[in-house]
Amino acid sequence: MTGSSLSALTLTRRRALGLLGAAGATGLLAPNLLGKPAFAAPPASPSGQIIVGFSQEPTVFNPLMPRIEVDDGVHFSLFDALFRIDPEGQIQPALAAEVPTIDNGGISEDGLEWRIKLRDDVTWHDGAPFTAEDVKFTLELVVDPNFRSWRTAGHDLVRDITVVSPTELTWRMETAFSPYISILCETFIVPKHILEPEPDRNTAAFNHAPIGTGPFKWSNRIAGDHLELVANTDYYGEGPYVERLVYKYIPDLTVLYTQFKSGDVDIVGNQYITPDNFEEAKSLPGKVVKVVPTATVESLYLNMGRPQFQDPAVRQALYAALDKQTILDVLYYGLPSTTETYMPQQSYYYNPNLPEHEFNLERARELLDAAGWAPGADGIREKDGVRLSFTNSTTSGNHLREQAQQFLQQTFREIGVEMTISNLPPAVMWGEFWTQSQFDSVMVGVVFMVGGDPDVTSRFHSGAIPIQGGRGANNNQYVNPEVDALLEEGTRTFDPEARREIYWKVQEKIREDLPLLPIFQYTTVRGYKEGLEGIEPNINTRIDTWHAAAYYWDE
Amino acid sequence: MFGYLLTRLWQSIILLVLVSIIGFAILNLTPGGPLSQFALTPGMTQEAMDRIAEQMGLNRPLPVQYLDWAWRLVQGDWGTSYRDGQPVLSVIGRHLFATLLLMGSSTVISIALGTWIGIRGATHRYSLFDYSATIGAMVALSIPTFWFGLVGIYIFSLKLGWVPAGNMYTIGDGSVLNYLHHLILPSIVLSLVNVAIWSRYMRTATLDVINQDFVKTARAKGLRERRVLMKHVVGNALLPMITLAGMQLPTLLSGALVTETVFTWPGMGRLFLDSLGYSDYPVVMGLLMFSAILVLLGNLIADLVVAAVDPRIRLG
Repeated sequence: MTGSSLSALTLTRRRALGLLGAAGATGLLAPNLLGKPAFAAPPASPSGQIIVGFSQEPTVFNPLMPRIEVDDGVHFSLFDALFRIDPEGQIQPALAAEVPTIDNGGISEDGLEWRIKLRDDVTWHDGAPFTAEDVKFTLELVVDPNFRSWRTAGHDLVRDITVVSPTELTWRMETAFSPYISILCETFIVPKHILEPEPDRNTAAFNHAPIGTGPFKWSNRIAGDHLELVANTDYYGEGPYVERLVYKYIPDLTVLYTQFKSGDVDIVGNQYITPDNFEEAKSLPGKVVKVVPTATVESLYLNMGRPQFQDPAVRQALYAALDKQTILDVLYYGLPSTTETYMPQQSYYYNPNLPEHEFNLERARELLDAAGWAPGADGIREKDGVRLSFTNSTTSGNHLREQAQQFLQQTFREIGVEMTISNLPPAVMWGEFWTQSQFDSVMVGVVFMVGGDPDVTSRFHSGAIPIQGGRGANNNQYVNPEVDALLEEGTRTFDPEARREIYWKVQEKIREDLPLLPIFQYTTVRGYKEGLEGIEPNINTRIDTWHAAAYYWDE
Repeated sequence: MFGYLLTRLWQSIILLVLVSIIGFAILNLTPGGPLSQFALTPGMTQEAMDRIAEQMGLNRPLPVQYLDWAWRLVQGDWGTSYRDGQPVLSVIGRHLFATLLLMGSSTVISIALGTWIGIRGATHRYSLFDYSATIGAMVALSIPTFWFGLVGIYIFSLKLGWVPAGNMYTIGDGSVLNYLHHLILPSIVLSLVNVAIWSRYMRTATLDVINQDFVKTARAKGLRERRVLMKHVVGNALLPMITLAGMQLPTLLSGALVTETVFTWPGMGRLFLDSLGYSDYPVVMGLLMFSAILVLLGNLIADLVVAAVDPRIRLG
């Protein structure tokens, strides 16, 4: 049986099972969503082995240090955070016994006092009990100036962490900050009894042989090749169902795909199957191949500090002259979906009511004419001494983007706008050129959300512009006081429904102002061997092995 | 002899210092740096990057960073990798094993096969064998290794299923047989080019010797053709090959990037590329020094061996 199905991310295994129960008919299910026998059950004790292929090498095993996606993938297997975010965007307890809210008294009305209750049945991989001391130690280590920690946002607001009992702790926030709960979903708890005695936590032995509370234990690592984890049979949560989980490093995407075909890897992990192989992949016998959306949104990102882009009519005209569908169909095999916003469509906070983009060169010309941009001698429009000409940059060597650039260059030319292409190698492109807003415009795929939280202060708040001394990554220098106010309100609001309203408005404003011209939301082609169960994509995490504990072989 | 060695040693040290300064400068002057891989990370801010850069000591002036690195190196501390925090020497050591295994077996195949083809081609000049060997060598030299690799994988792994499609061994099975099974295809693919090179050199070297007077004398003495060939012809034809082998020592240990990538072999070539990609300066510098030392050492050994074998050459 050939495995191939286009599944919407929202149709998860759990939801599908609910659907099945309600309708009482297997016919409702997309083929292969559940594998061959519709009701596969995980084995009673861990058995077998799964090899996940990654095209980047996981090398950072202290989960609090600077890391990339594939490192996250391994951390999810070894460690637990207080909470985890599920594919629907709901926050679920992990090491915590419940998710604190204002309603259940875990968070005070003003959002400042937090009280966390922990599970009492968790042990570290070395047998030591997990307690509130470990949580306190972790949260303090993240902001320790001597520790090379990664993001400190949110953690730097925490004060007076108090251990009430081994299963309870409290702290106070400097200001109310609702995204902190999502940040805690990505903050894996590390063992105090191992790390505290270490004189230098940056070079501790723990960093090469981590001890966590997660479903899998560290076994060994062959640098440059693979690392092996073994089942933690004392795990408190669901799973693990396989004896051994292997993360294999295969640096070349063609080779990764070949080894998927040959059966050497069971799951094609991060960077997945390249779109050009999709047609062949979905006809491979014994493999399940799916198209899964990711949180990355491709856009034409405009530097609002440039005089060319300060007139809203220019941005609207460029947007009208953007032939998204052709780019998608011709260059991206029609796999991604067009979008009007920076927010992934699978997010709880996605606003589906934004005005729909229409490719219309005539309208683009009218907009520019009406705003007084008149063609000059060379056919390029200008107004008040500003020529409607700009450069566009992206990573050189990205063939798809380069072709999209050339395509846009031609269509923009038709409305009297000159776009020159100046691409740079990755290290230069994403260095100061990007962070210090030295570009005119960029073709870029950006994940705007941090984890599952809709807070985009660091991307769109006027106080987050690095070149103006701000803290953040508002690299296109977008300023809108209304958006500032909304974003500030959003981080003070704890009720998800109220927050959704706020972030819908933010998306409306961004769609109106167009500091970036959204083109499409990326999808990835993922594949795994038939008979593997429990694989569930999650738009709210950076990597699809977020829940490897639930993987099993249906035999 | 001792004086000669001392001179060579001094020259080598000066060269190494120059190589390290130039390498360090080029590496650090390249825009980007070890933190640029985090620039697109959600939630990453310039402030956080600055903080991490300071903790890693990346914000110090370049000469200070260089002197710090060099002083540690002199004391035997090669530094630690930015990527996985392991000591540079142990990182190199672990990849060296994989490379030695692959390059070692491929070199044995290349030398044995290349020498034999070269000699036979020279002694049977313009025969069918000689023509086929020449054409084969040209083909092997002109087609890129990765192509051979991919075609090999397609035919022998995906279609016929005789050999694995890559990797050094099956995870969970570390037996010698398993290693050998995985070694077959990459080592053959890798040796194709080298067999071609060796056979061409060997053929030319043999032809140079085969018509010399001392060979004629040996034949005139009534020695059997086989003995003439083995003792007088091959013995002398191998001399230039020693220099060639010496120059191959660094390649032997620095790995074969393309083959390692196609066959997911965790060797030195991939370590170098990965470390460059992540701007893992300590490892890149370590590899640079390592290969510089190998080049110098390879040349020195070749010179010494030639001197030992060839009575016409005296060092000192």
